[in-house]
Amino acid sequence: MGKRNFLIFAVFSLCILALPLLLRESYLLHVFVFIGINTMLAVALNLLLGYAGQISLGHGALFGLGAYLSAILTTKYAINPWMAMVIAGTIVSSLSFLIGFPILKLKGHYLAMATLGFGIILYILFNETVEWTGGPSGLPGIPCLKIGNLAFDHDLANFYLVWIFALVTMMGSLNLNHSRIGRALRAISDSEVAARILGVEAWPLKVKIFTVSAFISSLAGSLYAHTMTFIAPASFGFNFSVEILTMVVVGGLGSVYGSFWGAAILTLLPEWLRVFQDLDIIIYGILLILIMMFMPQGLAGLLSVKKRGP
Amino acid sequence: MLKIENVSKHFGGITALDHVSLEIQEGTITGIIGPNGAGKTTLFNIITGLYPQDGGDIYLQDRKISALPPEKLVRLGIVRTFQNLELFGRMTALENVMVGLHAKSSSGLFSCAFGFPRQRKEEAFMRERAYEWLKFTGLADLALREAMSLPLGQGRLLEIARGLATEPKIILMDEPAAGLNTRETLNLAELIRKIKAMGITVVLVEHDMELIMEVCDHIGVLHLGRKLAEGSPREIQDNPAVINAYLGEQ
Amino acid sequence: MEWIAQISQYLLSGLANGSIYGLIGFGFTIIYNATGIINFAQGEFVMLGGMLTVFLLQLFPLPLVLCIGMAIGTTLIIGILFERLAIHPLKNASPITMVIITIGASILMRGLAMILWGKDTHPLPPFSGDEALALGKATIMPQHLWILGLTVLILILNRLFFHHTIYGKAMRACSVNPRAASLAGINVKTMVLLSFAISAALGALAGIIIAPLTMTSYDVGIMLGLKGFCAAIIGGMGSGMGALLGGIILGLLESLGAGLVSAGYKDAIAFVVLLVILFLRPGGLMGKGEMERV
Repeated sequence: MGKRNFLIFAVFSLCILALPLLLRESYLLHVFVFIGINTMLAVALNLLLGYAGQISLGHGALFGLGAYLSAILTTKYAINPWMAMVIAGTIVSSLSFLIGFPILKLKGHYLAMATLGFGIILYILFNETVEWTGGPSGLPGIPCLKIGNLAFDHDLANFYLVWIFALVTMMGSLNLNHSRIGRALRAISDSEVAARILGVEAWPLKVKIFTVSAFISSLAGSLYAHTMTFIAPASFGFNFSVEILTMVVVGGLGSVYGSFWGAAILTLLPEWLRVFQDLDIIIYGILLILIMMFMPQGLAGLLSVKKRGP
Repeated sequence: MLKIENVSKHFGGITALDHVSLEIQEGTITGIIGPNGAGKTTLFNIITGLYPQDGGDIYLQDRKISALPPEKLVRLGIVRTFQNLELFGRMTALENVMVGLHAKSSSGLFSCAFGFPRQRKEEAFMRERAYEWLKFTGLADLALREAMSLPLGQGRLLEIARGLATEPKIILMDEPAAGLNTRETLNLAELIRKIKAMGITVVLVEHDMELIMEVCDHIGVLHLGRKLAEGSPREIQDNPAVINAYLGEQ
Repeated sequence: MEWIAQISQYLLSGLANGSIYGLIGFGFTIIYNATGIINFAQGEFVMLGGMLTVFLLQLFPLPLVLCIGMAIGTTLIIGILFERLAIHPLKNASPITMVIITIGASILMRGLAMILWGKDTHPLPPFSGDEALALGKATIMPQHLWILGLTVLILILNRLFFHHTIYGKAMRACSVNPRAASLAGINVKTMVLLSFAISAALGALAGIIIAPLTMTSYDVGIMLGLKGFCAAIIGGMGSGMGALLGGIILGLLESLGAGLVSAGYKDAIAFVVLLVILFLRPGGLMGKGEMERV
């Protein structure tokens, strides 16, 4: 990663981990748990979108699938929650692999279409398979995660639980960015033909990154299930997939810290706009359009100190 | 080194290449010229695996490479540059060249994400090598500049540096001098000679006749998809059929 | 044979819905052919058609036909505005950018509709009354006939326009090879604008003719748009006829599936078919067998 970048990340992590001291008040701490989960999702999508240049419109559903699998395995089969998380992640990433394998061979935005379709099918499944998922009214009573005597059942513990995962995800992504694989992904997105000429095997790499992205989303879903202890299909529809996309776009495609800022802003925004209940969807729409038109690098572009020579 | 044998290519009703045969000798600089639409870029695209030919075969050092995709060809030692720059615009010049080292490196997704020591060592090595190539092409000062912001001349050089990083046996350049001024073209000629001195075979598609006559050991002429003539620069210059083909175009 | 009656009923409603999906898919195809862009906002044109008609009917005591005409016209203008403001200025942007912009626009239009007209569903009066007619053992609503009739009309007009008028032929030329087309003197920018205008109008029409049967509201665009999109993919993204065919197939499968198997999964059918097509024959039914491989 380079010493300078590592230092920046260390400072960032310390600030995050020290936040609870500042946010003693329970409510914002609670919101920050969500910001952590959303950061994981945004970083996961960014791997696909910002690096490999592939659009997925189904990440909300992958998140949901991870959540439901964790919930079902722990409530119906009394499987250890940590184990369930790994199982859920494996299932979700395997499914994504099966989808990505044929689709990513094709030129164009077929992944967007396939993930859109897959996401909606999952959403309908969440609603219809009532014996498993509890249907539209949701699935309550999900046990919380535990390590020995420490139970992650209150905001402070959940904050650290989620943010450890989120920070590790961010670090992995930052490492990837400054590595051979990260460059290969960005090369594919900038000029796939040139990348191939130089020996980058585009298709296997795209499939790999899609699978990893799905795995992370599933982990986020499992964390969500265990910290909320209750989940319902409404949180995992197309709207949420668009929300994650907006977070990535606002923060800046390809920027890991941008994903954090995008997640933070878009998680806090509805809180601030509580008065304007349904306006949030319009704001997402406007944000997406304006940013892609005028500020395609997102926030990261604004704050960038990239060297532009004389 | 590179044998093109009876290669044909059709696009719908149009015959882009018609039984073209050409042999490129190792360690030489060969030019491929011809009026617009002669099929030069099509030939390049076929050689470098972007699409297959409809007839004929291609051999690299007597090994048939006809159906291989670009990713495999680069590992056999073939690389190319593009007529319309295909730089990785959002990456720095240094990073662009480092992508050229992709085939020579091996750290996978997990080593990269978790920063294993072997990966870090390899990364440092790649960075150093890439820097060397930038120095070789005179772009060392621009290492950290965003590729998108480079002017055409330097962009061309960067593509060449990137291609050289793959340590090819043969490099195919598609109109590298297009849009360059005299000084830049002289610079390019100098670089091409340096590349030959390293033992790398060069094949050059060009319209800039001065450059072609200046650096090439051997020239092949394509016209309307067929090979019109082949020979030394002197022979081609005096060849009446070649002169006709070009005059005919005007 | 009572089940014949039932099956015929399913086939009929499948055919009607399918025609709508086909028309919407056709709109996707026109824009895709002219610009290479997948317009995720297509469904909102459909929504606007129905909602604007309802709105105009409530506002002015004008005959239905006039309101329909005005609604289609307004949607057409919105389509043009969309192209001018959000598409045209970004002609050199990457495909990702364009996809995200059309998604943003779709959300925006939906949100504005919600603010203007609320979340209720609204009925639209059927064009020629709601007296059911008997067709063999099945009952058919006049509206079904309208849908089928108008779809056939659009099909014919489509053929005439794209193969026998200069504008239509110009648009086809653009979709095959924009550079060659512009060298031949065709104004590609105008063709792009035209494609948005036509798609918007078609979408609006589709939304209007189905509204009497299925009601309309601010968010009908999502599902209708997506299913129309599935229709276009099933038929083959470049082919207008394919979209119509894909829509019919989709409508029939959906109707039979919902009737014979399970109603709750009805919406999922379209997307399962989509995935199957993407896996087996991504070029669609009328497209080439193999899509261009990377």
